[in-house]
Amino acid sequence: MTTALNILSSTMGGLLERLLRHQLAGPMEQFEIHRYVPLSLGAIDVSFTNSSLWMVVATGLAALFFFSATRSRALIPGRLQSVAELTYDFVADMVRGAIGQEGMKFFPFVFTLFIYILLANLLGLTPSIPGLTHTFTTTSHIAVTFGLAMLSISIVIVYGFYKNGLGFLKLFVPSGVPPWLLPLIVLIEFVSFLSRPLSLAIRLFANMLAGHIILKVFAGFIISLLGAGGVVGAIAIFPFLGTVAITMLELLVAFLQAYVFAILTCIYLNDAVNVGHH
Amino acid sequence: MLHLAMAAADAAAESANGSESSGGLPQMDFSTYPSQIFWLAVTFGALYWVMSSAILPRLGGAIEDRRDRIADDLDQAAEFRREAEEAEKAYEAALADARAKAQSIAAETRAEVEAEVDAMQAEADERAAADVAAAEVRISEMKSKAMENVREAAADVAREIVGTLIDERPTDEAVASAVGRAIQ
Repeated sequence: MTTALNILSSTMGGLLERLLRHQLAGPMEQFEIHRYVPLSLGAIDVSFTNSSLWMVVATGLAALFFFSATRSRALIPGRLQSVAELTYDFVADMVRGAIGQEGMKFFPFVFTLFIYILLANLLGLTPSIPGLTHTFTTTSHIAVTFGLAMLSISIVIVYGFYKNGLGFLKLFVPSGVPPWLLPLIVLIEFVSFLSRPLSLAIRLFANMLAGHIILKVFAGFIISLLGAGGVVGAIAIFPFLGTVAITMLELLVAFLQAYVFAILTCIYLNDAVNVGHH
Repeated sequence: MLHLAMAAADAAAESANGSESSGGLPQMDFSTYPSQIFWLAVTFGALYWVMSSAILPRLGGAIEDRRDRIADDLDQAAEFRREAEEAEKAYEAALADARAKAQSIAAETRAEVEAEVDAMQAEADERAAADVAAAEVRISEMKSKAMENVREAAADVAREIVGTLIDERPTDEAVASAVGRAIQ
């Protein structure tokens, strides 16, 4: 290990060595959370971290984009307004399709959820500027995705009981099941309901985590191969092309996971709005 | 190359172990959870507030306005179309009216002209008939005068012949009756 590094440092230029050392920090380093401003709320540590920073950046960018897009409120929309309206219609159709017109009261929530996750995912794919910024994907942390999932499920539960009272529990009793099967079915339904927030949270978190690890590993191969120099260095073109391809795939995944999170939230909300219609 | 990759992996493991967390995934470092959840709540809440209070009403309003405007325009277009159809109907009615009137005028004129022509024809016929009658009278007069002349000439000739033949002057009555008998 040390001998390998010694050989490397003796055969490589300064920049490449620094890059290599940076790379050697490993594919998990990008997920580390660093405290920028230590803060606490009573006994709770709520320090402003790189994660907090990227949440603020995502929120700020989303607000900025939609503010500038809706500033003119033109009858014939410009480009920005067109994009904003397309997004609006996209989410509105999603909510209407999954829940119906009554579900439009959840539209602002689902819209915010979709935009928040989409921007967090996309921002995570922007390259870091060495020495200036260090990109962090807030949705690659289970704490964040689980928080969002619990928010969705809490709204489902609270609204379900608010609207249907105890009738909401019919959710666990599908109609047309023979009575002797009922206990088993109710148990299965209950477990599947409990697994909803977990699957929501883990799906998003795992997709982001895996995508960024693969990106980092492929990008690391480029540096390693270039570091070897010569003919071996020329092979670096392959991981480079791979990185480009995976980046494009990750762009798709970033959108898809935001969409999946939003549509599943809609489907779960539908259970609360229309109990016994599924 | 393989050697380098392995070195990288080793170094990765080492640095992960050496970092501030207790090792393993940074995602499993529970000490960062309160801060993450807190800032998630703050940023998500802020975004929700901005979206629901300002942006979505404006966006929805713009879309609604456009939909209303388009519906209005469509209504107006339908109204115009109806008006155009009415105008066309009125035009066609006026056209049919005018055509009928024109036909009646033509028929009237034709009748008038025919009556006039008939009258003129009748007048011309009458005049022609009168002319014919006058001519016939004249012809018969001339005929009878010619007859008279013939009779006189015949009587003169007969008188001369008789005078020459028997040297006797027959009376005018005898000659006239003889000529009348001969001519009969």
